[in-house]
Amino acid sequence: MHQIKTLSNRIRKNTGVDSIRCYQCGKCSAGCPLAGDMDFTPNTVMRMIQVEEKETDKKLLQSEAIWLCLSCEMCISRCPMEIDIPKVMDFLRQESLKEGLQNKSANHNIIPFHQSFLDMIRFTGRSYEIGLIADYKLRSKKILQDITLAPQMLMHGKLPIFPKAVKNRKNIKEIFKKTNML
Amino acid sequence: MARIGVFICHCGENIGATVDCFSVAAEAAKLPGVVYSVDYKYMCSDPGQSKIKDAIHEHKLTGVVVSACSPRMHEPTFRKACAEAGLNPYRCEMANIREHCSWVHEKGEATTKKAFDLVRTLVEKVKNNHSLEPIKVPVNKTAIVIGGGVAGIQASLDIANGGHKVILVEREPSIGGHMSQLSETFPTLDCSQCILTPRMVEIAQHPNITLYTYSELESMDGFIGNFNVRIRRKAKSIDEKLCTGCGLCCTKCPTKKIPSEFEQGLANRTAIYVPFPQAVPNKPVIDRTNCRYFQTGKCKVCQKFCPTGAIRFEQEDEIIEVKAGAIVLATGFEVKDAGFFPEYGYGKYKDVITGLQFERLASASGPTQGEIRRPSDGKIPEKVVFIACAGSRDPAKGISYCSKICCMYTAKHAMLYKHKVHEGTPYVFYMDIRAAGKNYDEFTRRAIEEDGAKYIRGRVSNLYEKDRKLIVRGADTLLGGKPVEIEADMVVLATAAVSCKDSESLAQKLHVSYDSYHFFAEAHPKLKPVETNTAGIFLAGACQAPKDIPESVAAASGAAAKVIGLFSNNELTREPVVAKINQTPPPVFSTCMGCELCMQICPYQAIDKEEIKNRNGEVIKTIAKINPGLCQGCGTCVAFCKSKSIDLEGYSNKQIYAEVMAVIND
Amino acid sequence: MKKKLGFYPGCSLEGTAKEYSESVVSLSEQFDIELKQIPDWNCCGATAAHNLNKTLSLVLPSRILAQAQKNEMKEIVVPCAACYNRLSVTQYELLKNDQLKATVEQAIDMPLNTSIRILNVIQFIQEYILPEIPEKLSHTFDKKVACYYGCLLVRPHNILKFDRPESPQFMDEIMQMLGAETIDWPFKTECCGAGLSVSRTELVGKLSGKIVREALDRKAEAIIVACPMCHANLDMRRPAIDQYLEMKTEIPVLYITQAIGMACGLNERQTGTRRHLVKVIGNYFTKTRIPVENNENNPITVEEII
Repeated sequence: MHQIKTLSNRIRKNTGVDSIRCYQCGKCSAGCPLAGDMDFTPNTVMRMIQVEEKETDKKLLQSEAIWLCLSCEMCISRCPMEIDIPKVMDFLRQESLKEGLQNKSANHNIIPFHQSFLDMIRFTGRSYEIGLIADYKLRSKKILQDITLAPQMLMHGKLPIFPKAVKNRKNIKEIFKKTNML
Repeated sequence: MARIGVFICHCGENIGATVDCFSVAAEAAKLPGVVYSVDYKYMCSDPGQSKIKDAIHEHKLTGVVVSACSPRMHEPTFRKACAEAGLNPYRCEMANIREHCSWVHEKGEATTKKAFDLVRTLVEKVKNNHSLEPIKVPVNKTAIVIGGGVAGIQASLDIANGGHKVILVEREPSIGGHMSQLSETFPTLDCSQCILTPRMVEIAQHPNITLYTYSELESMDGFIGNFNVRIRRKAKSIDEKLCTGCGLCCTKCPTKKIPSEFEQGLANRTAIYVPFPQAVPNKPVIDRTNCRYFQTGKCKVCQKFCPTGAIRFEQEDEIIEVKAGAIVLATGFEVKDAGFFPEYGYGKYKDVITGLQFERLASASGPTQGEIRRPSDGKIPEKVVFIACAGSRDPAKGISYCSKICCMYTAKHAMLYKHKVHEGTPYVFYMDIRAAGKNYDEFTRRAIEEDGAKYIRGRVSNLYEKDRKLIVRGADTLLGGKPVEIEADMVVLATAAVSCKDSESLAQKLHVSYDSYHFFAEAHPKLKPVETNTAGIFLAGACQAPKDIPESVAAASGAAAKVIGLFSNNELTREPVVAKINQTPPPVFSTCMGCELCMQICPYQAIDKEEIKNRNGEVIKTIAKINPGLCQGCGTCVAFCKSKSIDLEGYSNKQIYAEVMAVIND
Repeated sequence: MKKKLGFYPGCSLEGTAKEYSESVVSLSEQFDIELKQIPDWNCCGATAAHNLNKTLSLVLPSRILAQAQKNEMKEIVVPCAACYNRLSVTQYELLKNDQLKATVEQAIDMPLNTSIRILNVIQFIQEYILPEIPEKLSHTFDKKVACYYGCLLVRPHNILKFDRPESPQFMDEIMQMLGAETIDWPFKTECCGAGLSVSRTELVGKLSGKIVREALDRKAEAIIVACPMCHANLDMRRPAIDQYLEMKTEIPVLYITQAIGMACGLNERQTGTRRHLVKVIGNYFTKTRIPVENNENNPITVEEII
C-alpha cells in the first residue's frame, strides 16, 4: 500500500517523470540560479523522491525550494538524463497545497502572490496589476512593500487604474469551476 | 527401409527426475521404423556412447536419435560416436528434452508426453536424413591486420612471431595510433612512446610483416581461409625507395600553417610532412588538399630541394589485391568532437581542451616540450579544472555508455599537472571514480591523497570566460548539491571515446556486425570476445568498445592466438549445412528459373550465376550457383526461392515437413 | 497590400509593459502590417497557473488559441515571451494527448485545433520586418549592446525549437543589422528571477544584478530584451539590483522592437521609451535625425495613464 502512495509513484503517474532515472550527477544544481538559496537543491529534491520514505516525502512538500524554483528550465535543458525537474516541481507545489504542507516562509510571500494572481484572472479574465498588488498586500500583510515604486509606475502609465476585463466573464468563471473540479 | 535407434538420456537427475525416460524409450520402440530403443543414465559417458556404437553394429541402424540435452552441447560428441561406428555422422540427430522440456516443466505426464513428442518428430526427420560429407577448404596462411595502433601492432607481431605472414594496413602516414600521442601511461606513469617505439620499429623490420601505411581497405570478398582483399595505397607523392627520410623537404615547404593532427591542433605542420619524429616509416607524404602545388599548380619547392629526387607529383593511388586466410580488425577509436558541448565552450574558448590535447601538452615531445602551458597565451595555469564524463554516460547527448578510460587518465592528468606545476591546483569534477583494474584504485587514491587533486563529486553545468579566466560552474553533490564556482586558467574535458567515423562502412565491407554506437560486435560477449560473427575475422582493441592499453594488447594477443590456431591447419573442415540448388546431371536439369532473387538477398554474397550450355557450347539457361565455402546455411534463399529450387542440406524442406507432420498427426 | 496577422498582447503589454505594446504596434504600422488582436482574449495563466493548478495552466492558453481559431487566425504574434512559452507548451501537450485535448475543449466549451502558428517577437521580426529593414533603416544604432534572451524564449528547446538553447544568436544578428556591436556574454539565457519579482524582490535583485553586472563588465551600453518579465526585473527592479550590486547603475534596457523602431526613425512616443524607469538618454545613433530626447519634452498624459 505504501508503495503505491509514495510521492515517487504519484509523480510517475501524474507527470510521467521517473525519478529513479536520476543518477545524481548534480548538473541541475550546478546550473540552477537559486540552488544556493534553496533549503534543498534540485538534485537533493530528486534524491528525496527516490528514497520513498514518508518522512522524507513530507519534508520535501514542506520545503521552500519547491516554491523558489523559477521554472527557468535550465536544469532540464542540460540534464544528461532529460529528467523534467520543472514538471516535478509544479507537481510538488500542487501536492504541497493539497496536503496543506505549505512552507511557512513561502506562505508569506510566494504562495499568496500566485493565489492573488489567479484570483485576478478568475474575476477579470486577465491580470490587473493594481488589483493584484492590493490583493497580494492583503494576503501577505506587506502593506508597505514597493510603496515608492507604485507611484513611479503610475506616472509612466504602467499601472492602468481600471481593469480591462474579458467580456465573456461567465466563460472564465466556468473554466475555473471546471478545472478546480477536474 | 529405415532402421532407427533411439537413445534416451536421463542426464542424471536433470531429465530423469522430471521425465519418465523408461516409458519414453518403451513408447519410442513402437514407432514405425524404430528397431531399437533404450534409456540410460548418462548417454554422453563412455559406456553411454558404447551403447550407441554397439547398437549401430548389432541392429544395422541407418539413423540415430539421441534424446538428451541441447545439440549445442553434445551433438559433436554423438555424431563422432556414430562416425566411429561407421554411420555417417549427419544421420545422427538430437532431440532436446532437457532445455526444451525437463528444465522448463514440472514433473508429470504432460512433460513425459512432450519429451516423447520431441523424440517422435526427430525420428521422422532422421528417416529423411542422408549422408553428407564435411566441406574442406584450403587455408591461406597470411593474415591482414587493419589498423596500426597498439592493438594492431601487437596482433601483427604475435602472428608474425608465430611464423606467419602479416600484412599490416594503416590509414595514416605512420603506425603508432593514439598510444604514440600519449605522454605517460597509467598506472605506472611510464613514458608511452618509450615503450611503443621499439614495437613500431620491430614492425618495420620484421621479415614476416609487410607494412602498408597511408592505405585503406577498399573491398573484401571470399571467406575464412580464402579472403581476397583490395587495398588502396593512397598516393604519398614520393618514391619511398629513393627517399632517405632526411626531412629537408619538410623544412623547405612553404605551407606551414596546417593544424597538425598528431598534435591535436596545438601545433602546425607543413603540407609535405612526417606526422611525428618517431614515425614508422619515417618518410614524408604530401597532403594534397593543403599542398600549394596541387592547389594552384605552382610551387614544387620540395622537388627542387630533394637531394635524391624522390618527389613524385604524378603518382596515383594504387589498388593492390592480396589474399589472406584471416583478418584482424584493429581500427581503434576516436575522441568525440567536443563541439557538441556548447555549455562547455569547446572551440569557443582556446583554453578549453580535450584530454588528448592535454596529453600532447604533457608530452616531452609535444608542442610545449612537456611544459603545461595554456594554448591562449602560453601561461602556466595556476588552476586547472578536469571535467570527467564529458559526453560519456549522457543519453541526452546520445552516448549512454561509460568510456571506461577517462577516470584513469583524468587522475593521471591531475597527477602529471601537479608534478609539473607544483604550486598549481587541479580540480576534478566527477560522477563516479571507476578504477577497476590492477593497481588502478591505488592510482586514483594517490592522485587525491598524495598529489592533492581536489575531487568534487558533481557535473559541471556550464563555463564561461571572464577576464582571461574560465569560470566553471559546478555543484558538490556530497554537500547536498551546493553550487561551486571555480575560476580556472584551463579546463580539460574527458571527452567520450567513440567509434571511428567510417567504422560503419568498414563493417559493411567486411560483413561484420556492429552495435548501435558503431563499435564492432563480438560473436559472444563472454565466450567469443575476439571473434566476429564472420568466420575468420577477429577483433583487437578499442574498435570493439573503449579499452585501455593493457586491455587492447590482451585482446590483440587473443585475436593473434585465434589466427595462429586457424593457421595450424592446412585445410578447414566446415559443416555441410549449406544451401544447394537442385540439379540433376546429365543433361543439367534444374527447376531454377534464374530470377536472381536469391543472389540479391543472400547476406553472405554466396550465390553466383551459372551458365548451362548445350553440347554446342551455347548458353541455354542461367541458374543460381551457391558457393559452399561462403554459404553460412542461414536459409534465407530457401525461403525466398519462388520455384522451390533451393534446399538446405541437413534441414531440407522434406525433413522439416516430416517433423511438422509428426507433430500434427498425433 | 497590408499583411494581416493575429495578435495576442497578453496582460503585461496592457500594463507594466505598455511600451512594448506601443513599440510592437508602431513598428508593425511602419512596416505595413496589421496586427489584429484576438477578440476577448484572456490571461495565459503565467507562472501562477502552472505552479498551482496544472489543468488550469493548460486550459487558459487553450481558450486563447480557441478564440484565435474562431476568428480564423492562422498565425498569431505573441510578443510576451511568457505567453509565447505557455501557448507553445500547451499546444505541444494537447497535440501529444487526445484525451487531454478533449478535457480542455470541454472546459473552455469551444472546439480547438492545434495548427495555429505561434510566433514569438523574434520570429515575427525575422519573417516580416527584416526583409524590409534595408529600405526602412534611417539610422545606425551606434552602441555596444548585450542581447539578453532569458529563459522563456529558448527553453524547453525540444518544444519551442527556437534558436540555440546555449548561446542563442538571433537577437544578436538583428542588432548587428541595425549597426550595433553585440557583446558575446555568457548570461544570455540565465534567469532574471521572473515571477518572484513581487514576492521575493531581493532574489530578483541578486539574479538580475548578476546579469546587469556581467553586461557592464563587458562594456555593454544597453541591454536588449524580448520579454516583459525580463524588462520589468531589469528596469523596474533597478533599485533592488543597485542594492545588490552596491552601486548605481544606469544601463538602459530596451525591447528589441524599440531598438528597431528607433533605428527606423520612430519617436519615443511611438517606441514608448519614455516610460522606462531607467532613462534612455544619450546619442544612440549616427546620422541621428531625431535624438533620443529627455522625456520632459514628451510627458505622459493622464489619458495615457488610465
